[in-house]
Amino acid sequence: MNEMSRAKTPKSQKPGRPPGQPKVTAPESRQSPRRAEMRVRPTAPILPPSNIQGNALMVVIAIMAFLACLTLGAVSMVRATASSWQSQISREITIQIKPDDGLDMASALKRARDVAFTFVGTKDGTIMDDSATARLLEPWLGTGLNLADLPVPRLVIITIDEQNPPDFAAMRDLLKTEVPQAFLDDHRTWVDRLVSMARTTVLIGTGVLVLVFTAMILTVIFATRGALSGNRHIVEVLHFVGAESAFVAKEFQKHFLMISIKGSAAGGALAAALFALANIWQSNSRATPESDQATALFGSFTIGMTGYLGIFATMLVIALLTTLTARFTVMRTIDEIDLIRADPSRSDGLPGG
Amino acid sequence: MLYVQGLDPPLIHFENVGLRYGMGPEILRDMTFDIPKRSFQFLTGPSGAGKTTLLRLLFLSLLPTRGIINMFGRDLSQIPRSELPMLRRRVGIVFQDFRLLDHLTTYENVALPLRVRGKDESSYRNDVIELLKWVGLGERINVLPPVLSGGEKQRAAIARALMDRPEILLADEPTGNVDPPMAKRLLNLFLELNRLGTAVVIATHDLALMDQVDARRMILTEGRLDIYE
Repeated sequence: MNEMSRAKTPKSQKPGRPPGQPKVTAPESRQSPRRAEMRVRPTAPILPPSNIQGNALMVVIAIMAFLACLTLGAVSMVRATASSWQSQISREITIQIKPDDGLDMASALKRARDVAFTFVGTKDGTIMDDSATARLLEPWLGTGLNLADLPVPRLVIITIDEQNPPDFAAMRDLLKTEVPQAFLDDHRTWVDRLVSMARTTVLIGTGVLVLVFTAMILTVIFATRGALSGNRHIVEVLHFVGAESAFVAKEFQKHFLMISIKGSAAGGALAAALFALANIWQSNSRATPESDQATALFGSFTIGMTGYLGIFATMLVIALLTTLTARFTVMRTIDEIDLIRADPSRSDGLPGG
Repeated sequence: MLYVQGLDPPLIHFENVGLRYGMGPEILRDMTFDIPKRSFQFLTGPSGAGKTTLLRLLFLSLLPTRGIINMFGRDLSQIPRSELPMLRRRVGIVFQDFRLLDHLTTYENVALPLRVRGKDESSYRNDVIELLKWVGLGERINVLPPVLSGGEKQRAAIARALMDRPEILLADEPTGNVDPPMAKRLLNLFLELNRLGTAVVIATHDLALMDQVDARRMILTEGRLDIYE
């Protein structure tokens, strides 16, 4: 509708006459040039920007964002560690030779290494000597071990080219012929376990992220409904001045967008700072027992540029989710309010006037 | 009904309108009347007679239980809910309790109808200031409502209702919170507005106020309406 077409006020304007003539300059300002032009403050938002409820929601969103980023960082860290373990394991194969009556262990070890070297894709081979084998068994059998007295299997470690690995089945067959006591372990079992562990970790992490996001969406729904209820008088006034649901929703959306941006930025920044601090601590305490233990358990605390980008993306996702949830909830709630307000059969107890 | 329809189609037409809340008795019964263009009328009756309910019906904030309401030439029952805000914009309403937003200044409160229409602030700043001067609040532009007196709040509420030049102005007990001189001043404001072409409906029980103007009276008694021209 053209608003101007409904204007009924006369075109002339005198002091004291009603307005409604947008193009006419205020008579007072024309008549008294000394008088400064009326100044108004920058327009305030329709919804009050801050209240206790808003601050509480910001803290909740910050905590959710922190947990989401932490989960994301932990998952990416575990994946990186698992992949590094996988790479390390698959870089080597082991030939184990069991002792047997009449077997010359030293020549069998040498023979096995030589058989391995006949295959393309092997790079290096080390026979684990007596002292290294004794060190390996030390946790179970104690120190001062004489290997000649015990039927202990011996190992040959072969380094392989990861890009072009040898034919393990053929190597296994040849070893069986040449050194029947030899057993080739290509670490496939460990690699498979690590891959499955990494997948499980990612699945768990995704589950935690889904839970965190769900909890956050529900929190925002409750908060939006609370904010609508707390600002019901504002919604009513907007209704009376002819605001459409979309306009009211936009106002609430803006309000919640600001809260979620601040909350998710705080949570994300805290998580990023935590990873950065852990990384600094790990770098500065290298070769200490604590750091070695932490490294063995969690790997390196570095999450890299991808990790930080992931944290940033999580912040954006949280802001987007919050805004959309707020909009959807407001539109729905306003429609409910409109419906109930307009329907006298559902308006029990309203004043009759 | 004593009112005889004029040649112009009325702004609002009620035909056998009835309304009840929930399963209660009918608050309004068999309402049949017109609000003609550029008309001025008082809506009066004892407390609880249904004045506010009738104002809510006139403002499209409540739908009748039965009967037909025709506003601006359109049958309300045929209008989708999403279009109601557009029609509401053609009606200005002033509440007895003002309903100003306490965190917004007088200027911002009065500018609210234009703001919700998505207009740019610079396009209406002068109009709002002009209107505030017209209702005598030129010096109270940047003041928050809690600081305003009852009369000032009422004038701010009236200014807000007039901001987008409605075709009809509904006022619920506009003089209920002000002293007689201020009531007289507000009445003059409504009369001036009516002279400029806006239809005015004032709900009041203030007999002294009604006696000051020779205007149409709509009297609600126990849910029934009698009109005296």
